[in-house]
Amino acid sequence: MEIPRHWRLRKQRYGLVGEVCPHCEAKIFPPRDVCPDCGKEAKTKFSFSGQGEVYSYTTIYNAPSGFEANVPYTVALVKLEEGPLVTAQLTDVAEEEVEIGMPVEMVTRRLHQDGDERGLLVYGYKFRPIGFAAH
Amino acid sequence: MNNNIVIAGIGQTAVGEHWKTSLRELAHYALEDAIKDAGGLRPQALFVANMLAPNLSKQSHLGALIADFSGFVGIEAVTVEAAGASGGAALRQGYLAVLSGMVDVALVVGVEKFTDVVDAGTETALATTLDSDFEAVQGVTPTSQAALLMRRYMHEFNVPADGLAGFPVTAHANGAGNPNAMFRRAIKAETYARAGMVSEPLNMFDAAPNADGAAAVILTRADLLPPNFPHPLVRISGSASASDLLALHDRPDPLTFPAARRSVETALEKAGLTREQIDFFEYHDAFSIYAALSLEAAGFAERGRGWELARDGVIALNGKLPCATMGGLKARGNPGGATGVYQAVEAAAQLRGGGGANQVAGARYAMIQSLGGPAATAVTHVLERVEIGE
Repeated sequence: MEIPRHWRLRKQRYGLVGEVCPHCEAKIFPPRDVCPDCGKEAKTKFSFSGQGEVYSYTTIYNAPSGFEANVPYTVALVKLEEGPLVTAQLTDVAEEEVEIGMPVEMVTRRLHQDGDERGLLVYGYKFRPIGFAAH
Repeated sequence: MNNNIVIAGIGQTAVGEHWKTSLRELAHYALEDAIKDAGGLRPQALFVANMLAPNLSKQSHLGALIADFSGFVGIEAVTVEAAGASGGAALRQGYLAVLSGMVDVALVVGVEKFTDVVDAGTETALATTLDSDFEAVQGVTPTSQAALLMRRYMHEFNVPADGLAGFPVTAHANGAGNPNAMFRRAIKAETYARAGMVSEPLNMFDAAPNADGAAAVILTRADLLPPNFPHPLVRISGSASASDLLALHDRPDPLTFPAARRSVETALEKAGLTREQIDFFEYHDAFSIYAALSLEAAGFAERGRGWELARDGVIALNGKLPCATMGGLKARGNPGGATGVYQAVEAAAQLRGGGGANQVAGARYAMIQSLGGPAATAVTHVLERVEIGE
């Protein structure tokens, strides 16, 4: 059980809350308190829009424990419109429909389950094609 | 500064599925061979390279365990972990210990035991080397990470579908000549083109097999060796380690390996060599795409063109820059934290003239490189054959 860890990260998992550097304006996700661009302190909170595009993607068939029930699932590096890349699963889309550059948006979904049916359910961000809901 | 740190002894087990052999036994077999090869030199310090034993074998504290099991109770003994770069990192710790003058004889043993678990356990353990909070939580694995890089690389640089075939084809051709290799059969490019996908576009030949194995080296100062020492000497001429942002998504340009570049440049500088003088390169081909990116980071190819060295035969045994000369991670097998020590053993054998069927003719300078993940850690060593009287 990893309840404290998932609780600690709830703002990132559910809201893509990162940081903006007060010195150079770089947008930072995940938050790290030190700006990767200018090296200065960056603790100002910043909520990302959740909009971005697919930088790269692939499909996983051999999953770690907790993810076996999801196989096969597609993961991606998503380039957020504010700049950073984020690692996330894609959802509501078949792998053959995904392409590099495809616009996507953040949604909250179940990521995995620890242990048996009494195990912790971990929720967090995934990304789906923009406009999916309109279909 | 004493620049006469030498590899006095080498040892290794075959790489493969050692169902009957435990973690400690594997380590013992390799280090026993290395000590014998070094004429019986007794180590004063043991550096164990291992990546996943706390996960896969429910065993940490390998320093004491292996010193104890191998009859060296009492000596300094610790584990060095840097994911897939553990082997290179432990080699560097051994080198630094002898270089410091605090240790006369250091034993570096890399050991990994994958077959203590099956199924999802292996992927679960491997995923602990990623950023747990922001990568592994999404179900990403090292293999899928390599696939993400491979897809983007092929997209940006217009690489054909079978463009990376030359890496596993070369590895398997060389594995055929290595009695300790896991895979000892050459493959054809057509076999690659037909191979099943692991994580598109990465196929089964683009990923090195996780396997059991152990390798060991004895390090000492050349002036401590007896005058009638039985082997040509192999000196560690350059050693460097560098790190990068751990999570792939945190990097400004995921398609470069800056830590690998930095460690190569520093190791060459320490050795007083240029990259053109390197006779062969043992790169960390855990995945074909990593071989391409490593060749680019080392400056052997321009950005986006590392794969062409494989296509054009430059990295073949008879090419301008032989790579993976004993099969590399792909065909020799990838025993995790032991891999970097295998590279040292194989390169030392080549430089001694003991490369057998795979001997690189006249080899004097070797570069070996051990990577943790997509080069979040990169450790590079330059090894050199020492001529008599030098």
